[in-house]
Amino acid sequence: MLTFVSTAFLFLFLNRNNPNMEKGFEEIFQDKIDKEIRIEPKDWMPEKYRQTLIRQISQHAHSEIVGMLPEGNWITRAPNLRRKAILLAKVQDEAGHGLYLYSAAETLGITRDEMYAQLHSGKAKYSSIFNYPTLSWADIGAIGWLVDGAAIMNQVPLCRNSFGPYARAMVRVCKEESFHQRQGFEILLTLSKGTAAQKRMAQDAIDRWWWPSVMMFGPKDDESPNTIQSMKWKIKRFTNDELRQKFIDVCAEQIKVLGLVIPDKDLKWNEATGHYNFGEINWDEFWQVVQGNGPCNKERLETRKKAWEEGAWVREAASAYAEKRKQKQSLHAA
Amino acid sequence: MSTEIKNEWPLWEIFIRSKQGLDHKHVGSLHATDAQMAIENARDVYTRRMEGVSIWVVESKFIHASNPSDAASLYDPANDKAYRHPTFYDLPDEVKNM
Repeated sequence: MLTFVSTAFLFLFLNRNNPNMEKGFEEIFQDKIDKEIRIEPKDWMPEKYRQTLIRQISQHAHSEIVGMLPEGNWITRAPNLRRKAILLAKVQDEAGHGLYLYSAAETLGITRDEMYAQLHSGKAKYSSIFNYPTLSWADIGAIGWLVDGAAIMNQVPLCRNSFGPYARAMVRVCKEESFHQRQGFEILLTLSKGTAAQKRMAQDAIDRWWWPSVMMFGPKDDESPNTIQSMKWKIKRFTNDELRQKFIDVCAEQIKVLGLVIPDKDLKWNEATGHYNFGEINWDEFWQVVQGNGPCNKERLETRKKAWEEGAWVREAASAYAEKRKQKQSLHAA
Repeated sequence: MSTEIKNEWPLWEIFIRSKQGLDHKHVGSLHATDAQMAIENARDVYTRRMEGVSIWVVESKFIHASNPSDAASLYDPANDKAYRHPTFYDLPDEVKNM
C-alpha cells in the first residue's frame, strides 16, 4: 500500500503542472485525513483548507488575546491576594494561548503582523462573548465556569484536528484550560455559600453570562454552511448543536452544586432523548453582537489598537537595541 | 502595514528539555529580537508549569527541512529491509533472554 501511494504521488508530482491533476492531489490529501494522518505545514493541501484554517486559528488566537481584557478589568480589584495571583496567572495563560495559536497560523504562510492588522481593521472576528462587560467580581467566576467551560467543550475535540501544528497547540491549551474552569466554579461556590448579597451577585452573573455562553457554539447546524466541509476535513469533529447540547447537559447538573438556577424556564430533563431540553436562543442578539453592535465591541477593539500603537516605540527600541548589540559583538569578534 | 511587516521581529523555534537526561524537544515558536529575548520569552510562554530545565532557541530561517514530496525516495530504501528488526529472526522457544 505504501509503495502504491508513493508511486501515485510521484506520478502526480511529475504531472503537477497539469490542471487535471489537482483532483488527484485532493484525493491523496483526503485519503490521509480519512486515515487520521496529520497534515503538516509543508504538505500539499487544498487552498480552501489552508484559508479555512488561517481564518479559524487566527480568530481563535484573537479571542484569547481580546479575552484578556474583560478579566484584566478585575485584577486590581480581586477580593484578596490569592484571587489576585490566580487571576494574574489565568490572564497570563490566555496570552500564552494566543501565542501558541498565532504561531500555528504562521506555519500556513500568514505573518503575525498581517493577523494583527486583520484584527485591528475589523476584518477578522474574535469570539463574541468578549464583547460583554464584566460588571461584578462574580462575573470572573461565571466566565471561568461557563465561558471557559464552553471553550473547553469546543477545544478538546480540536486536539485531534487534522492540522498538526493546530492540534499540538490545542493540546497545550487544553492542559492549561482546566484550571481556568475550576477556579471559576470555586469563585461561584464560595459566593453561593456567602451572604445573601453574595449569593445574589453570583446568580446575577450567571443570569447575564448563561445565554451568551450558549451562543458561543455558533449558529444552529442548519445555518452553519461550513460545517460539512470542516467535518470532512476533520477540522471539526462535532457539530455546533452537538457541542451545545453536551455543554447544557453538563451545566444543568453542575448548577445543582451551587444551589443557584440557570435562567431558562424551559430547561428540563428529557428522559426519552437522554438530554436536557432548553429554550429558544435569541439569535437576533447573537448576530447583532457578531456584526459589531454588542455592549463592548467598540471598547475592546479600541483598547487593542491603542495597546498596539502605543507599544510601537517599545518594539522599535527592542529592535534597535538588538541591532546595536549585534554590531558590538561582531566588532569584538573582529 | 508594509513597514510593520518589515519590522516584524524574527521567528525562533523553541526546544525544551523537560528534565535532565531527556532530549530537547520542539515545542513551538515565537518572535524575539535576539537569542536572549527568545530564551526569556520561551521561559514565559513554554515553561509556566515547570515543563523544562533547559531551553534551546534557533532562528527559524536556519532550520533546513526535508521536502514531504521527497518522502518516497528518502525513506523507501528502508522499506524492504525487515532483517534490520529483531523480530525478523525465528528462533526456538528454548532460547531465553535474547
